[in-house]
Amino acid sequence: MTLTETPPARRTRGPWPASTLVRHLLWSAVGLVVLYLVSISLNQFQDLQLAQICYTAIAAAGLTVLSGLSGQISLGNGAFMAVGAYSTALFLAHQQWPLAVVLVLSAAITAVVGLVVGAAAARLRGPYLAGATLALALGLPTLANYHGLRDQLGGANGLTVAPNPPPLALGIDFPLERWQAWICGLCLVITLFLLSNLVSSRIGRDMRLLREDEDSAALSGVRVARTQVLAFSVSAACAGLGGGLLAWVNSLAAPGAFPLTLSLSLLTAAVLGGLGSLAGAVYGAVIVTLLPAWSTDLAQSAHLSQSIYANIPLVVYGIVLFVVIVAFPGGLQAGFVRLWRALRNTTR
Amino acid sequence: MVQFTDLTLAGLAAGAVYAAIGLALVLIWRATRIVNFAQGGMLMITTFLAYTVVSDGGSYWLALAVAVVSGLVLGAVVERLVIRPVENKPPLNAVIVTFGLLVLLQGVAGMVFGGTPKSYPPAFGIRGFVVAGRRLLFTPNDLWVVLVVLAVMVGLAAVFRWTPLGLKMRSAAFAPEVARLLGVRVGRMFTVGWALAAAVGALAGVLIAPDTFVSPNAFDATLVFGFTAAVVGGLDSPPGAVVGGLSLGLVLSYVSGYLGSDVVGLGALVVLVIVLMVRPNGLFGRAAGRRV
Repeated sequence: MTLTETPPARRTRGPWPASTLVRHLLWSAVGLVVLYLVSISLNQFQDLQLAQICYTAIAAAGLTVLSGLSGQISLGNGAFMAVGAYSTALFLAHQQWPLAVVLVLSAAITAVVGLVVGAAAARLRGPYLAGATLALALGLPTLANYHGLRDQLGGANGLTVAPNPPPLALGIDFPLERWQAWICGLCLVITLFLLSNLVSSRIGRDMRLLREDEDSAALSGVRVARTQVLAFSVSAACAGLGGGLLAWVNSLAAPGAFPLTLSLSLLTAAVLGGLGSLAGAVYGAVIVTLLPAWSTDLAQSAHLSQSIYANIPLVVYGIVLFVVIVAFPGGLQAGFVRLWRALRNTTR
Repeated sequence: MVQFTDLTLAGLAAGAVYAAIGLALVLIWRATRIVNFAQGGMLMITTFLAYTVVSDGGSYWLALAVAVVSGLVLGAVVERLVIRPVENKPPLNAVIVTFGLLVLLQGVAGMVFGGTPKSYPPAFGIRGFVVAGRRLLFTPNDLWVVLVVLAVMVGLAAVFRWTPLGLKMRSAAFAPEVARLLGVRVGRMFTVGWALAAAVGALAGVLIAPDTFVSPNAFDATLVFGFTAAVVGGLDSPPGAVVGGLSLGLVLSYVSGYLGSDVVGLGALVVLVIVLMVRPNGLFGRAAGRRV
């Protein structure tokens, strides 16, 4: 299932620190500074978009680990986001726990759900797995409408989440959206830090081996089923965290927030950025989050009708998935890497 | 007991449509080893075309013919333009491409026809038959649906079994290299397979449209049910798809009747997971050998 060529474990060269952990910590610090600088230069609406980008990127990064590294496809990570969102909404409504605890718990609960789904999925391959996860994406959010659970889950209207205001130490008129962007950004950086360590660990290597050739992996001592289930669980935990943040930022967890299109946009983000690349998941998330806003602006300036611009993102997703898979299997990240190498060779 | 009879009859009618969609998926899988996730989008487009005919005053039968013919054309075009580049590539590629096509078609349909669900007329009456003084939940239109699906299945089986075209298609799917050496135009057979499957899908779309209404994502659930039917039957076996479709129709009808119609989607998920847990290659599928 080779879609991207993963470079061999990077040797330290030039100014990079020798330890992988230190290098990842440095990148995380850079990421935090960039997010801070970006967030303070944006207005409230753009800060909200930044928060949306961050939680989408968290879920897309989980999907890229699953599909790009371990080679299992999931069309159903939107359903895992729903699990995380509902967990967060329920905890925040019924318990007075701090947000961090609630988010970690939501991710943990979704990881357990992912473990169960992954245990079923580890027996499935290719199209069977895709279809089963598609059924998950369509089926699970309908649970909220089930009459026996309507009191707990709020039916089609969903559960509202009270937004916690930013701490008073930041000043009385500190915008809520910027606070939300900070929290989501922090979660994104932590997630990427953990995932990049996982990717360069022994488990990450096992996953890549599994993707390349399952039988050889099994012969070399990789525990196939266990590694696949772990990948599913990690991916679900990321989706759960992303979903929890989605519920917290939008103050709502409702079935309508988790349509098939959500799972699809996650897949588009991962494929567009380059399956298997964490950085790619971030670019992909930026594009799929901003695309609806761009297409709305474009359509309004061109005086197109609502039914046209509402569907531009879908059409673009479809074309992007086809073009990237057929013509540019590495996605944006492979393009950037190639560009970077070309630049370095010309300057040398 | 009365409710049980009603639910069983309604389940058979719905199951017939799932069986037809499952059959379309099986046809494509046998020809090109690809699960066509765009099936739901393709039959949505053809049903919209049929809807346009009906709403412009055309008859039900003209609309049905338009849907089937446009299905044939759409299937062939999609195979040539979209699927050809990912045939014989890793399965993940085909999954992503057909899924992308599904969304592309939904987006285009949303632009052209708008998002509001449109009602579609049934072929025959939708008041149940009266048996022994009691009105059943089984209508003349349900009977028509079941009969059409049965006819299509028998027809397809006959084509594959007894016609030269069917023999060529089977040989192209079974052993492409040998078939090519014997003068079968393998690529063309794949195109024909996709066209046939899309036509069967188009027919199923028109049959189920009175129940689901017509809108860009009205057939998402139908696609999942059709996929479930095909997988339950083993994805490789046309009779399996029929058995899978009918049993899924029954199970979902009972779920809807006894637990509530809101959780039908979840019911399909549970059926799919249980069957795949017990038999990962479906009820009628053979376990695939893996070569090291």
